[in-house]
Amino acid sequence: MKKVKADPKGVLTGSHYLDGDYALAEGALAAGCRFFAGYPITPSTETAERFSERIPSVGGVFIQMEDELASISALIGAVWGGKKVMTVTSGPGFSLMMENIGLACMMETPLVIANVQRGGPSTGLPTLTGQQDMMQARWGSHGDYEIIALSPDSPQECFDLTIEAFNLSETFRVPTFVMTDECVGHMHEKVVIPPADKIELVERKWYKGPKDKYLPYKLDKDQIPFMIKAGDDYRFHTTGLTHDERGYPVINAECQDVCVRHLVDKITTNADKIIRTEEEEIDTAEIIVISYGITSRVTTKAVQQARKAGIKVGTIRLITVWPFPEKRIKELAKKVKAFVVPEINYGQIVLEVERCAGGQAPAILVPHCGGGVHDPDDIFSAIKEAAK
Amino acid sequence: MAEIRFSGFGGQGIIRCGLISGKALALYDNKHATMTQSFGPEARGSACSSQLVVSEDRVLYPYISIPEILISMSQEAYDKYEPELRDDGILIIDKDLVKAKPPRGKIKTYAIPSTRFAEELGNRIIANLVMLGFFSAITKIASPEAMKKALPGLVPGRFLELNIKAFDKGYEYGKEILKKEKKTKSKK
Repeated sequence: MKKVKADPKGVLTGSHYLDGDYALAEGALAAGCRFFAGYPITPSTETAERFSERIPSVGGVFIQMEDELASISALIGAVWGGKKVMTVTSGPGFSLMMENIGLACMMETPLVIANVQRGGPSTGLPTLTGQQDMMQARWGSHGDYEIIALSPDSPQECFDLTIEAFNLSETFRVPTFVMTDECVGHMHEKVVIPPADKIELVERKWYKGPKDKYLPYKLDKDQIPFMIKAGDDYRFHTTGLTHDERGYPVINAECQDVCVRHLVDKITTNADKIIRTEEEEIDTAEIIVISYGITSRVTTKAVQQARKAGIKVGTIRLITVWPFPEKRIKELAKKVKAFVVPEINYGQIVLEVERCAGGQAPAILVPHCGGGVHDPDDIFSAIKEAAK
Repeated sequence: MAEIRFSGFGGQGIIRCGLISGKALALYDNKHATMTQSFGPEARGSACSSQLVVSEDRVLYPYISIPEILISMSQEAYDKYEPELRDDGILIIDKDLVKAKPPRGKIKTYAIPSTRFAEELGNRIIANLVMLGFFSAITKIASPEAMKKALPGLVPGRFLELNIKAFDKGYEYGKEILKKEKKTKSKK
C-alpha cells in the first residue's frame, strides 16, 4: 500500500474544542474525503452540517440526498469517479442503507460510514445514546461478507479513527464503519489536529497497466484488486451480481464460491493487521472487562473501584470491534474466571465474547437498554459478582 | 474535579456558556473539560442547561451527578436544578430573574443582575457573558484570561468587544462581592 501525506488543505491543524460529530467531519476532511452524500438524522446531523460548511472550501462536494439508500448509491458512484467518500447517519438511517452497503461490499468499494448511535429499535430515542447497532453493522445486509468497524471513545478518537477508517477502507476495499454514539457525538472535548505532514494516508491502489489488460476484479498478490477511475478510458464493468475477474455476472456455484470466499477472506486473513485493542493489567487478571466506545470510559471508573476492593481486574477496550479479536479472547478464556461485558444494548458483543470463550469462562452481560450511559456502580457490582 | 451546571431558558446563551468555559479550560487552562448538553425537545423559552465536568485527569464519566456549582438564569431552571446541587455547593443566580429559597445546608449563594447589566451595556443578549465573568470571579475555576481567549469563534466577531466588556463587568462585580465578603469575615 502506498502511503502519502495528507493534503494540508483539508487539515485544520491546531487545538480545538469540538464535539464528536464535528470531529468525525474533520477526520474525514483530513483523510482526503472530498465527497459527502447523506440525509440528516439526529444525533448525527452536526456532522452533515459541518461537512456542508467545510467541504466546498476544500474543493469537495456535499449533497443532501433524498434518503439514506440513495446516499450510499451516490457514494459508490463518487468512489468509482475517483473520490474518497463518507456519509453519516443514526439507527433508522443505518437500516435504510443496508441494501446498498451490501452492494458496496460486493463491488469492493471503499467508503466510510459513521453511525452516531441512538436508542432503538425504530425511531426509539432520537436524542439519547445507545450502542444497539453493533450487530447490525456486522450482519445488516444480506449474504456473506465482512466489514470493518471501529468504536471511538471521545471526540479526539472520532477524529483519529475516521482517518484510520479511511485507511482501512482503502487498503481492503471494504465499507468501514465508525460506530460512535450520541454521547460521544454530542460531547465537547479538546481535539488536537496534527499538521498535515504528520497524517499518513493510504493511497488508493490505482491500476497503471495497459488499458486493454485491465480486469477490475483480478486479485493482486495481497488479495486486493486494482482500481481505476470510471471514464478514464478503461473497459470497466461492476455489478452486485456474483462476478468473475472481468466484473461480469457469472451465475453459478463455482464463481459464487470464489467471489464470496474472497470477500470474507480478505478481511479474516488480515484480521491481525486490522484489529486494535487496548489492554490493561491482563496478565494478572481474574476478571476481564471488555468494553468499547463511551462505555469503556465509564468502565474504567468501575474498574478503579474494583481494584481498590482488591479484585484482580483486567480490561480490554475494543477500538476495532469488527473483525472481532477472537484469537485473543479464545486464548484468555483459558486463563480467566470470567469476562464482564457492559454495553449500551441488551446483549450484542457479549454474544461474540461468549462464542469465543467457548464455555471455558462465562461472559457476563451488564446491559443498558439505551438513553444514557451505565452507572459505574452497576458494572462494579457485576465485577464483584463475577469474582465471587 | 468540579461538576458545573449552567441553566436558564432556551435563547439566553446557556449552551454557549458551557462551550466558552469548556474551551477556556481545555485549551487555555490545561484542564480536562467535558461539556454535554441536554438534547431534549427543549425549545426557546423552556428550561435548558449545559453541563461541564472539569478535572486534572481524564474525565471518565461524562455527565454530572451531584454538581457543586449551579448557575441559574431563570426561575424555572433554578426550580428544576437547585435540588441536585451539593449541600456545600455554590449557587450563582441572576438576582432579577431568580427568587431563591432560603439557602440549604452550606450552600453559598452569589447573585448578580446580569440581564440588567447587559441591558445597560446596550444588549440583553450578552447577559450570559456578564454571568460568565461573574462565574469566573466567584469560582476561580476558569481564569478570566482563558475565558476571554476562548471567545473568538464562539461569539460573532463584530460583537467580540461588547462580549468582552460584558465579561469584564461581571468579573469586576464578582471581585467586589468577594472583597466585601472578606471584609465582613475579618470584622467577625
